[in-house]
Amino acid sequence: MKAEEILTRLKDKFSGRVLRVLKKSPRRLYVDFDPKDVPEVVRLLLRELRGRLVTATGIDTRNNIEILYHFSFDSSGIIISLRTLIDRKSPEIESITPIIRGAEWIEREIHELLGVNFVNHPNLKRLLLFENWPEGKYPLRRE
Amino acid sequence: MHLKTKALTKSIWVFHFAAASCNNCDIEILDALTPKFDLERFGILLVGSIRHADVLLVTGAISHKGLVRLRRLYEQASQPCLVVAVGCCACSMCIFRDSYNMAGPVDKIVPVHAYVPGCPPKPEAVIMGIVKLIKALRRG
Amino acid sequence: MAKTVIPIGPYHPLQEEPEFFKLLVEGEKVVDLEIEIGYNHRGIEKIAESKSYDQVLFLVERVCGICSTSHPIACVNALEDLGDINVPERALYIRSIVAELERLHSHLLWLGLAGHFIGYNTVWMWAWKYREPVLDIFEKIAGNRQHYAMMKVGGVRRDIEANDIPAIGKMVDGLLPVLDMFRGAVMDDPVIHARLKGIGVLTKDDVFEYGAVGPTARASGVAIDVRKDDPYAAYPLVDWQVITQQEGDVFAKAVVRILEMYESIRIIKGCLDRLKVVGGEIDAKVKEIPPGEGIGRHEAPRGEVFHYVRSDGSNRPVRYKIRAPSYMNVPTNQKSVVGGTISDATITLAAVDPCYCCTERVAVVDKRTGKKGLTGQDLIRLSEEKTFKIKRNFGRMKWRE
Repeated sequence: MKAEEILTRLKDKFSGRVLRVLKKSPRRLYVDFDPKDVPEVVRLLLRELRGRLVTATGIDTRNNIEILYHFSFDSSGIIISLRTLIDRKSPEIESITPIIRGAEWIEREIHELLGVNFVNHPNLKRLLLFENWPEGKYPLRRE
Repeated sequence: MHLKTKALTKSIWVFHFAAASCNNCDIEILDALTPKFDLERFGILLVGSIRHADVLLVTGAISHKGLVRLRRLYEQASQPCLVVAVGCCACSMCIFRDSYNMAGPVDKIVPVHAYVPGCPPKPEAVIMGIVKLIKALRRG
Repeated sequence: MAKTVIPIGPYHPLQEEPEFFKLLVEGEKVVDLEIEIGYNHRGIEKIAESKSYDQVLFLVERVCGICSTSHPIACVNALEDLGDINVPERALYIRSIVAELERLHSHLLWLGLAGHFIGYNTVWMWAWKYREPVLDIFEKIAGNRQHYAMMKVGGVRRDIEANDIPAIGKMVDGLLPVLDMFRGAVMDDPVIHARLKGIGVLTKDDVFEYGAVGPTARASGVAIDVRKDDPYAAYPLVDWQVITQQEGDVFAKAVVRILEMYESIRIIKGCLDRLKVVGGEIDAKVKEIPPGEGIGRHEAPRGEVFHYVRSDGSNRPVRYKIRAPSYMNVPTNQKSVVGGTISDATITLAAVDPCYCCTERVAVVDKRTGKKGLTGQDLIRLSEEKTFKIKRNFGRMKWRE
């Protein structure tokens, strides 16, 4: 799928809800959405448009927690990163693991390193940090 | 030097433990078994249980999860068990010294008898490390 | 002659050790799989935030020893994406040569381990013996057998000298008959067919659901390869093809890796030919990284490596994200190992080519009693016994005729 086609489909389905589009280069796009729209956008990108979930990056920007979900459209080499901003004091977002199993470890990692709660995640327990790691301490947060 | 320690310098049985390692040191140790270097002709064997081992080769910086395991392994080993830290990470933690998940270099956790630095040390260096250790033991 | 054993799974009868792979079994059958990771978690992403970009390259190199150049290539791709940096042509060829040499040594390493896991220890010795010339070439051109430190933002750190080119060419030519030998030994051997076909199957749907990549995906007929899909380095400039198989079993995964090695040799030879005529700089001499974000990826021997970097214009990254291919591939074992037998467990786990360390700790738990039984070593022994039985059956059949 070409970049323009994907953007058109996004704008058609989510008219008014696309907060921003950044075309960094022909094969690198960034689209911003509100956190509550994330599951629907993920469904479109994965189930309808047959993209592939690559991973998700969580960033503590000091103002908020930013999550970037990266999708690859292999036939054209494009990566679309779905960006969303959530509240830093109590970061919470709907899990996409029920939509795609490959998200399980990805969300667990962001949960333990940044403190994000993924609502309805089937198995939100520690993945990388050892059992005695102190609760409430998130290594990738900027304190 | 004890009779026991003298005896173990005849044929060394080695157990290999990797903590948080990038695997390069591990592969170079295994490489020492392959035909080009052939550790076995020195009577050096890699064994599957710490209880049979005379030498414990440790690679990688020690993570918190690895710390518990390393301590247990050392306790289970029949003494004398000599510890060799293979690779920069095991010797000094190297670039991982500031990491939040690292418990320390090997010598903060168990006593170390030989250090083989390198990233990774070549199989020749690992063999040399073990040979130097044997020579030092024989000198008493 | 005393037997040498690769220490997979130390024996500890009474300890409650956390394992990487906990197989829950009912009799001979694996009914569930628990995977626990975190032993190798070194906090690299956090460390990267306190290092300059030059230092980050050395840091990411050490994410994995076997895929040593894969992470630096993804790193420079990400930074060059961020800064819209053009890399001189000669450097592109050198990058691909180093990457494909790595693929050769990595696949040979895997072949050896896989051979060991099913009881073909001669395969292990041969595969690792023929790996050595590849490592010697690395030492010649980069100065180290592993961790070659060849990559740099905007180019490569060292050139390949004209008088080294014949040596590299000779080495890869010398590998061709070796690959033919492995091809015959693996792909034409009826015992290997009986041992590996139909084992550890991953369907196309599974590949999609787990986001699997690399040979793990290509063996199930999913033709994804970053070198073709999102071209970089010299991959669009030389002639080669993506290798796929359809069955998705362990045999298919082995075939993909063997055939990929032939393609790697093609790519290396194509790049060497170009290096003879393309001169010029090997370094764009990048002075600074502007603010912004960049994404870079590379097709490592195990699959797609993905790096994301965010910069604020200073010489340190604000955020550095690394996603290795095994992160997506290892969970697929929940599909490929479950439902199989314990004698097939080790080779199935190894078939996605995880880090060696991951296969180090395996435990088997009886589902009904909760008691721990076999260790990883026992599983390898069971795997070898299964191969032996198959060999014996073939022998018997021949005698009957």
